Amino acid sequence: MAEKRVVFSGWGFPALLLLPQLAITFIFFILPAAQAVRQSFFRADAFGFGERFVGLANYTSLLASADYLQSFVTTLIFSLAVTVLTLVISLAFAAAVDRLIRTSGLYTALMIWPYAIAPAIAGVLWWFMFDPSIGIVAYWLRVGGLSWNHLLDGTDALILVIVASAWRQVSYNFIFFLAGLQSIPRSLHEAAAIDGAGPVKRFFTIVLPLLSPTLFFLIVIDVVYAFFDTFGVIDATTAGGPGQATTTLVYKAYADGFLSQNFGSSAAQSVILTLVVVALTVVQFRFIERRVHY
Amino acid sequence: MAAIELRDVRKVYPGGVEAVKGVSLDIADGEFLVLVGPSGCGKSTLLRMVAGLETISAGMASIGGRVVNTLEPADRDIAMVFQNYALYPHMSVRQNLQYGLKNRKMEKAEIARRVAEAAEILQIAPFLDRKPRQLSGGQRQRVAMGRAIVREPSAFLFDEPLSNLDAKLRVQMRGEIRRLQRTLGTTSLYVTHDQLEAMTLADRLVVLNGGLVEQVGTPMELYERPASVFVASFIGSPSMNLIGIGSGAIEGLTGLGTMPGVPAGRPFTLGVRPEHLDVTEGESTAGEVTLLLTVTNVEVVGAESFVYGRLGGTGPDVAVRVSGYSRLEPGVTLRARARPGALHAFDASTGRRLT
Repeated sequence: MAEKRVVFSGWGFPALLLLPQLAITFIFFILPAAQAVRQSFFRADAFGFGERFVGLANYTSLLASADYLQSFVTTLIFSLAVTVLTLVISLAFAAAVDRLIRTSGLYTALMIWPYAIAPAIAGVLWWFMFDPSIGIVAYWLRVGGLSWNHLLDGTDALILVIVASAWRQVSYNFIFFLAGLQSIPRSLHEAAAIDGAGPVKRFFTIVLPLLSPTLFFLIVIDVVYAFFDTFGVIDATTAGGPGQATTTLVYKAYADGFLSQNFGSSAAQSVILTLVVVALTVVQFRFIERRVHY
Repeated sequence: MAAIELRDVRKVYPGGVEAVKGVSLDIADGEFLVLVGPSGCGKSTLLRMVAGLETISAGMASIGGRVVNTLEPADRDIAMVFQNYALYPHMSVRQNLQYGLKNRKMEKAEIARRVAEAAEILQIAPFLDRKPRQLSGGQRQRVAMGRAIVREPSAFLFDEPLSNLDAKLRVQMRGEIRRLQRTLGTTSLYVTHDQLEAMTLADRLVVLNGGLVEQVGTPMELYERPASVFVASFIGSPSMNLIGIGSGAIEGLTGLGTMPGVPAGRPFTLGVRPEHLDVTEGESTAGEVTLLLTVTNVEVVGAESFVYGRLGGTGPDVAVRVSGYSRLEPGVTLRARARPGALHAFDASTGRRLT
């Protein structure tokens, strides 16, 4: 390959070119992360006048707190539901659009729109639709005989934030699934049809295995999304409530740190949250990736 | 084993384009029939209609005496080999071969027996546990054949199966497909755009043009008595020389008397194959058709050379086959004599054969 290589005479100019990116990474990622780790070992007063080293006390009190453990459970339910809902809905939409020939471009464009909407707006949108007094969906549910009140009912509130979070992420998943589906040659479907596999069997024995790299990638992305990026949706709608029903780990870290001014505990929560996501991703790579056909 | 029958089969696409305009064919049990024609002639569409991958707009198709128009591809008892092989990339070769049998709930022992047998015939036993991407083009081609064989279907359908192979492998696989089909005796329908492939494989071949059958016959029938200018120029390489004959004399062409089947004075197209022209030194004798050419180009193939020249210096291009190495230079004048009985005459307007 005739690769074009730029040769620099010294290291000064290349270093200068790298500097802006390195500075951004350092100031906005590494420095705060290091500060969080440091802070998690200290207890500070609310006005920032003093702090003292407390060792692992922040961690031990967290793990002993029923609230925190409840938030763990909420996060697991929330993340699992968001990931599964997102994957299933987006795959169904992608499969439907993949069957279209002339109008697929139009539907693809429409499907991508929700991704352009800010998380908070998306949350508020669903909040209004489900609002017990003025929301259209809540009205339908009432007509259908279901009582709905996410302002009072914790389960309703959790369902609401799950739906709102999944809705935004469906767009992103949809694009990848559609690209994956379209890269499967038509002749494979035809060969399988001649080989006696009906549409459902074809989907599970041919399409899904060939989509497995896409599926794996999206599982990792969706889990990370559900853990971190859903803060805006929750904050704009339920703000963690009613009670603690929709307080996920990332929301609790925010609430304890910025609302309750307990910086030490909040920092410890951030560290734990990061470790959990890292562990989950490692598990995914170790156990799910084995089943992926590239 | 089954005969395939097509009766006035048509394909009209939703946009109104008619790809196949009424084709009737009878393929005998065990016969190897090749559909050949230029791209867009409807040959693949016709094959896909037999396979059930395209709906039949009008007409009737039957396999083994059973009308299949509305049957699903799986229920037609056919196997197909695709141009890109369509092997399932996530399955091993063995799983690829088993897939169609497992879907039909066949017994495990029978599946194992058939896979082993097909692997033996095609010499793919060493690769049974590999994935398709670990195989070469020729090996993938064999696996695709194997997937068809294990099914033991009534008919094989081939959709340009050799066009993704390099020239040398194509010749080799061509021979293998022919031998295999003879051994198994399975009715086969084979689509290609390569006239050489068509000639060497077919028991009978069908030349399609614009969605219609131009001619059906054995390869030699089509070579010796092409029914139209289209078939004449499609079968044979280089293709037949065609010279338009009007009322007046053609410069460079002498000795052409009246042709049988051609009314005197009527314009027609004269056809003569490059291999039926001999270079001659002496003057032409009476009754011999002689062409006087100004050489423009010489292609040396090795065992033979093709000399191209213009009839009478300015007329239509004519190719002459010369055995061995021709040292003719462009610009020289060449005298070629047509072998007796090797001339074809076609109607000047319809292109149909006259003699």
